[in-house]
Amino acid sequence: MSEITPDLVRHLANLARIDVNDQEVELFAEQISLIVDSMATVKAAVQGDVPATSHPIPMSNVFREDVVEPSLTQAEALSGSADSGDGRFRVHAILDGE
Amino acid sequence: MAKDELMNYEKALEQFEVVIGLEVHVELNTNTKMFCGCRNEFGDEPNTNVCPICIGLPGSLPAVNKRAIESSISIGLALGCQIAPTGRFSRKNYFYPDLAKNFQTSQYDEPIAFEGSLEVEVPSGNTFTVAIERAHMEEDAGKLTHVGGSTGRIQGAEYSLVDYNRAGVPLVEIVTKPVYGAGAEAPELAAAYVRSIREIVKALGVSDAKMERGNVRCDANVSLRPHGQEKLGTRTETKNVNSLRSIERAVRYEIQRQAALLAKGTAIIQETRHWHEDKGATSSGRPKSDADDYRYFPEPDLVPVQPSKEWIEELRAKLPEQPAARRKRVQAEWGFADLEFRDVVNADLLDQIEETVSAGAKPQDARKWWTGELARIANSQDQNVTELPISGAQVAELAALIEAGKINDRLAREVLTYVLAGEGSPAEVVTARGLEVVSDDGALIAAIDAALAGQPDVLDAIREGRMQAAGAVIGAVMKAMKGSADAGRVRELLIEKANS
Amino acid sequence: MSELIRKNASELVELLKSREISSVELTQAHLDRTAAVDGDVHSYLHVGPEAALAAAAEVDRRRAAGEALHALAGLPIAVKDNLTTTDAPTTSGSKILEGWVPQYDATVVKKLRAAGMPILGKTNLDEFAMGSSTEFSAFGPSRNPWDLERIPGGSGGGSSSVVASFQAPLAIGSDTGGSIRYPAFVTGTVGTKPTYGAVSRYGLIALASSLDQIGPVARNVLDAALLQDVIAGHDPHDSTSLPESLGSMADAAKKLDVKGLRVGVIKQLSGEGFQPGVSARFNESLELLKNAGAEIVEVDCPSFEYAIAAYYLILPAEASSNLAKFDSVRFGLRVTPEGTPTIERVMAATREAGFGPEVKRRIILGTYALSSGSYDAFYGSAQKVRTLIQRDFDAAFAKADVLVSPTAPNTAFKLGEKLDDPLAMYLNDIATIPANLAGIPGMSIPNGVAEDTNLPSGIQILAPARGDARLYQVGAALEHMHEEIWGKRMIDFAPELEVRG
Ligand SMILES: [Mg+2]
Ligand SMILES: [Zn+2]
Repeated sequence: MSEITPDLVRHLANLARIDVNDQEVELFAEQISLIVDSMATVKAAVQGDVPATSHPIPMSNVFREDVVEPSLTQAEALSGSADSGDGRFRVHAILDGE
Repeated sequence: MAKDELMNYEKALEQFEVVIGLEVHVELNTNTKMFCGCRNEFGDEPNTNVCPICIGLPGSLPAVNKRAIESSISIGLALGCQIAPTGRFSRKNYFYPDLAKNFQTSQYDEPIAFEGSLEVEVPSGNTFTVAIERAHMEEDAGKLTHVGGSTGRIQGAEYSLVDYNRAGVPLVEIVTKPVYGAGAEAPELAAAYVRSIREIVKALGVSDAKMERGNVRCDANVSLRPHGQEKLGTRTETKNVNSLRSIERAVRYEIQRQAALLAKGTAIIQETRHWHEDKGATSSGRPKSDADDYRYFPEPDLVPVQPSKEWIEELRAKLPEQPAARRKRVQAEWGFADLEFRDVVNADLLDQIEETVSAGAKPQDARKWWTGELARIANSQDQNVTELPISGAQVAELAALIEAGKINDRLAREVLTYVLAGEGSPAEVVTARGLEVVSDDGALIAAIDAALAGQPDVLDAIREGRMQAAGAVIGAVMKAMKGSADAGRVRELLIEKANS
Repeated sequence: MSELIRKNASELVELLKSREISSVELTQAHLDRTAAVDGDVHSYLHVGPEAALAAAAEVDRRRAAGEALHALAGLPIAVKDNLTTTDAPTTSGSKILEGWVPQYDATVVKKLRAAGMPILGKTNLDEFAMGSSTEFSAFGPSRNPWDLERIPGGSGGGSSSVVASFQAPLAIGSDTGGSIRYPAFVTGTVGTKPTYGAVSRYGLIALASSLDQIGPVARNVLDAALLQDVIAGHDPHDSTSLPESLGSMADAAKKLDVKGLRVGVIKQLSGEGFQPGVSARFNESLELLKNAGAEIVEVDCPSFEYAIAAYYLILPAEASSNLAKFDSVRFGLRVTPEGTPTIERVMAATREAGFGPEVKRRIILGTYALSSGSYDAFYGSAQKVRTLIQRDFDAAFAKADVLVSPTAPNTAFKLGEKLDDPLAMYLNDIATIPANLAGIPGMSIPNGVAEDTNLPSGIQILAPARGDARLYQVGAALEHMHEEIWGKRMIDFAPELEVRG
């Protein structure tokens, strides 16, 4: 059995900033356990010294010259936001108020 | 903010060994950001230097700025680091509203430069070798402004505003290995180390290196352990200390604070702390927790950086001289006494004086103006002398005007205020405002006659050789001519008159 | 139904060029078809008649003025809704992006506009392309034009069904683990996943960056080739895009020759586990290739056994990071909980309300695969499996010029059938996933109706990285042989849809 406990699901959901209720926690723990158990075969697949592949087509040294390109206007930048003011994106307080 | 108990500094050092570690973030002065073509510019209207990439719109992808890579390699080389054959960007995942993508593109297990060292001299003249663990590239975050609440601080704010102009600006983070053995000089060493980093990146031309603008930011790690103990003590990390003086004070404060706790048997909490310049104290920030799982993984949208040997050697050939060597050289060239030179270094005026001297001024004149009048003006305006809007070339011009007898010291000080007010170069100010000393005999004789009218005995006194009597007349003439009289010529004319 | 819209894109292009039809006329015919059938099929999340007709009119004007035009100018197209468009909302099938109108066009969209191809609308997909059936779209599933009770494949079920129901001659898809090829398989259409990097991903709302690739969706191979030629090419905005050109796919599709070509049958992707009707069609295709002078060889890819496991670790890991930007701050949904919440709580509530269950499941799984305690065992091992799969492909391509397999084990399943069984859903991708892990190109073309289910079946062709032209050469040749036998095109077997409105 896998180690995906409800508490772990709660912790992971918190890391991923997703509210989850108790019912979802139970369901996800069950489903993700099943998935993780079946995905755990990868651990056994690799023997010896095998390098990891992070990019399917190997390339290196792809650069951009340090040349200015047009930016968005302030209005364009803010156009998709739920709330803005003073030319900036407005968000709720970061810390809990007293 | 609860008041911390502090142990007497000397007593703390008697009981504990200090270990420090420094993380310095250097903001590069590239034209554009790290991963997009937006301008890397300080002080523009909010959210005007932004694009789909740096505000993290869905679908956008990063593209690496070549000059930022070159700058980071140069910094690595200047710090005596090895340059990695493969450097790789990774994603550091955490949520924060100033982080547009909610991950920071950074270098994790494959930094571009590693294993370097830097010789650092502290004010006492002692020299320490600081081992550099790594220098890696990463992107800056946006700027948060906290609105509402009583203090305008993050605590108690009603809401916050985000400006992403700075988001994606390239940074090089330089991390030291633990630094042992600085003892009582640990705070000075911390500040001197950051000063050296600033000198290096300025000399390389890769950063504006202005601490007050956040171009160079320092996080200081401090831990204590009883003398003779092998195991390192728990450290705290004081964040974003933004002046050399603050670094020194913050390290000193943490030593005293931690010593008081340890002496009482209280454990140090591993946490970030914030420095408060006004209170001269640090306060508790966020403790380390399991929420700090950054889930680093290689950035799939960027390919590795594999600098060729030729490229590295090309950059190595362009390195400027090391700060310590440069200091030795210029002190000898300028002929400054040790104390004079230390003042210059501590005021961060090496560049200014070098520029002034190379514009033709005598080294002592350059030193006098920068550490004297200009430092005084900066101080009175609560500013850094290096921030004054005057160049070394302009100071040299001022010195040349005095040398040529066009102005005197008093006039020169007046000229300076107008130069600083943006009225032009010293020569332009002198011309525009007519501040030249008057050595035109006609005007001077008229002024002398007017002054003598009130004190007819003076001429007799001069004739009898009592020259001090002349002072009063010279003073009166100067006063009448608002300081612009050529005092030497007035004296000559007075003697002529007495003897005629 | 207007006969016009049944025609192949390659024919329509000639009619436009000779000015027998106008782009406005052609565009309007497709819009009319959408009005008639999309109430049932639900291929589109957004239809943009004004923008499409304006673009068409502009092409007609330029043609009338004798201006030089792109070969596909005037040919309308549908675009998967995970590509950004400045003149239409872009949702990626998610509530969290409902109503978002992007501030920039994806590179592929720019290329379509530059070629003068009117964009008809944005096609449906599983939320953030996570799924194999489009049932995970937040805006309701698309349906298979061959049987409206069945799924049109996923994630690009909107793009496959829009082409299969004659609402568009061509569509753009994206393929992370088979999202172009599997929908093509179940709808009797053609879909290509080009070599990783052949088409710019700039403006494609990322699912898994190291696996995602944009490609063409069409009703035949030449049409797909024409479209790949429009959208391929280096883009400085995508650092992983290939610097070099891969040549003309249309030229390759016109060769119709497989003589002397070595065709490798992947041992692990045939026989057991595949529906008999699908296997029968596959063997028939092999027979045709052999008769046309190709040499059939068997290749062994033992590491494919671990492909699904590696894929379902790498994908959620990358996705969990890519989807972090959906936080209510700069764009998209914001949900504010009761009281005076902190930004942290607003983000968590927004993501709770804005993401569907499959997205949450994969984000949590990906967060787990990357977390400090499990990185090496899960994400790290999966990236190593990727190397093993590449090695298998290298060995196989030493023995064969192209590899083949059935595109998927089973023909289209019924809506709802696998909704509660994520693992069963994942198994649909068993044959398509290895190509994404290795970055190589793959194509699915129809090879007839499976007799046991009376639904479309298809064959997958794979080529080495940068060998996309081989897919088009083999695919077009095989398609030609099939059509000779059938006496018509695959799509002509499809039942007529009931027309409403
Ligand atoms: Mg950092
Ligand atoms: Zn930008």
